[in-house]
Amino acid sequence: MRRLIAAAAVAAAGLGAARWAAARGRMPVSARDPLAAGRWLGVTINRPPEEVAPGERLPEPLTRVDAEVRMNRAPGGRGTELYARPRGRTARAEGALTRLRGEDSRTAVRTALREAKSLLETGDVLRSDEEIATTRPTLPGKVLDLALGRASEGGRL
Amino acid sequence: MKAVCWQGVNELSVERVPDPAILNAQDAIVKVTASTTCGSDLHLLGGHIPAMRAGDVIGHEFLGEIVETGPEVTRHRPGDRVVVCSIIGCGRCWSCRHGDWSLCENSNPNPGITDLMWGGSTAGIFGYSHAMGGFRGSHAEYVRVPFADHNAFTVPEGVSDMDAVFASDAVPTGWMGADLGGVRPGDVVAVWGCGGVGQMAARAAMLLGAERVVAIDRYPERLAMTTRHVGCEVVDYTTTDVVSELRERTGGRGPDVCIEAVGMEADSTGLQRVYDGVKQRLRLEQDRPAAVREAIHACRKGGSVFVLGVFAGFVDKFPLGALMNKGLTLRGAQQHGQRYIPKLLELIGRGDLKPSHLATHTMTLDEGPRGYDLFRNKKDGCVRAVFRPWI
Ligand SMILES: NC(=O)c1ccc[n+]([C@@H]2O[C@H](COP(=O)([O-])OP(=O)(O)OC[C@H]3O[C@@H](n4cnc5c(N)ncnc54)[C@H](O)[C@@H]3O)[C@@H](O)[C@H]2O)c1
Ligand SMILES: [Zn+2]
Ligand SMILES: [Zn+2]
Repeated sequence: MRRLIAAAAVAAAGLGAARWAAARGRMPVSARDPLAAGRWLGVTINRPPEEVAPGERLPEPLTRVDAEVRMNRAPGGRGTELYARPRGRTARAEGALTRLRGEDSRTAVRTALREAKSLLETGDVLRSDEEIATTRPTLPGKVLDLALGRASEGGRL
Repeated sequence: MKAVCWQGVNELSVERVPDPAILNAQDAIVKVTASTTCGSDLHLLGGHIPAMRAGDVIGHEFLGEIVETGPEVTRHRPGDRVVVCSIIGCGRCWSCRHGDWSLCENSNPNPGITDLMWGGSTAGIFGYSHAMGGFRGSHAEYVRVPFADHNAFTVPEGVSDMDAVFASDAVPTGWMGADLGGVRPGDVVAVWGCGGVGQMAARAAMLLGAERVVAIDRYPERLAMTTRHVGCEVVDYTTTDVVSELRERTGGRGPDVCIEAVGMEADSTGLQRVYDGVKQRLRLEQDRPAAVREAIHACRKGGSVFVLGVFAGFVDKFPLGALMNKGLTLRGAQQHGQRYIPKLLELIGRGDLKPSHLATHTMTLDEGPRGYDLFRNKKDGCVRAVFRPWI
């Protein structure tokens, strides 16, 4: 059991460590992405702009969030680059706790973009078998949950 | 239904779990008729792949019969005998369209984990942790297959179950290593590892025209099996210095293409073994890359190295100097099976490929934990244990 908890904790720590190692030493904390809260979130959709927003109508998931949206044809025949960010840059004001809970507006916009991409490309948004769980609650499982709780919302778009 | 579940590091059990269900209109439910152990499962069992939870169903290399289809499945009907690719693709994103199915952009409902670890999210995989989407594995009576039109392939009549099951993972993985490693007619190819994946990589290299293929391992029964069923040369790395041996067999050049089919728990000898063992245990190094180091060292100048073995994080003492100064090309990938499976089933049908010899042990689902004990500890000559839930 102790080994299992250690493994889960290491797994959780490992997730952050990779990111940290990649960024370490390159810039001072003060310089770290000062624009983060206002940056556009982007996805590239393997469909032409006429299909992404026919008659200027946005894909449905994006109509559910309060966001500025822009798009352009992607280079190299890659389809369409679709960008969005929360309106009024409210994200900057949102505290760490809100972000941790996944209730911040950037998370909502990120999810909407990802769903829009999947709907346009495949006609659906894939669900995980996790919905019909086979797992049982364990202490290491809880440690892991903490790390994985937001896994469905992150990810490069 | 019954399923083989991960319970913790090196702990498996057979459990009753709820049946899978159609969750998306493009899903199918497959009744599993054969599902096999794979070296990748050993990394899960060993606790080297993060994001496993107690009760997760494992297994990803499988064959079965379609029993139910979602309303948007058009290419399959109940009754079809199908082999399912271990990696889940959507078939329509840019990556899938370009043949890079394991990079699918829509098949992993939990993209945040792999993105955080690697700076980019990867495809969903059956039974391979919550980081790969939290999909249930195939060591079960039934399994849900997402995007069934793209991931399930009807097995031609005349191809046996025991040949077809390996078209799910071991055969396309090996084929990809030789194909993307750039094997050309006349090449000399070396393959590290004589498990199912290494043997299939060696066979693929031969079929792609390699003039000489040398496979490397330590287990006499695996080396003998490779000689007999694959038909290539072999080297035992415990009795032979691999780099010198390869030099001597290639007029001093070294192999043109080196395929690594060992992975993050590579065995090594001497100081390297102690060094990597201690560092991995202290979690200072996640993966043990002995075979990758050796492949880079052995490769001819300007040659290519393909990493088929699974790695999850960071390695130490990576010979970047050799890579750079010898002008090598280094690539790796989880398998892009969908790109190869139809052609591989054809080759199997014609008898050019015959992977069924890998199935050294056939057993019921109830024997799952024993099957993994044999497979993991290479007992009784086990190369692959195949579970047949309905026999
Ligand atoms: N890329 C993919 O999509 C993909 C798919 C399937 C499997 N894999 C990976 O491929 C690897 C092999 O899979 P497998 O099912 O054949 O596993 P396996 O455990 O059956 O075989 C691995 C073999 O490597 C040998 N080996 C260990 N250290 C070695 C060394 N230093 N030099 C030479 N040989 C060494 C072992 O003796 C063993 O026979 C695993 O890492 C697995 O995770 C990758
Ligand atoms: Zn596998
Ligand atoms: Zn895809």
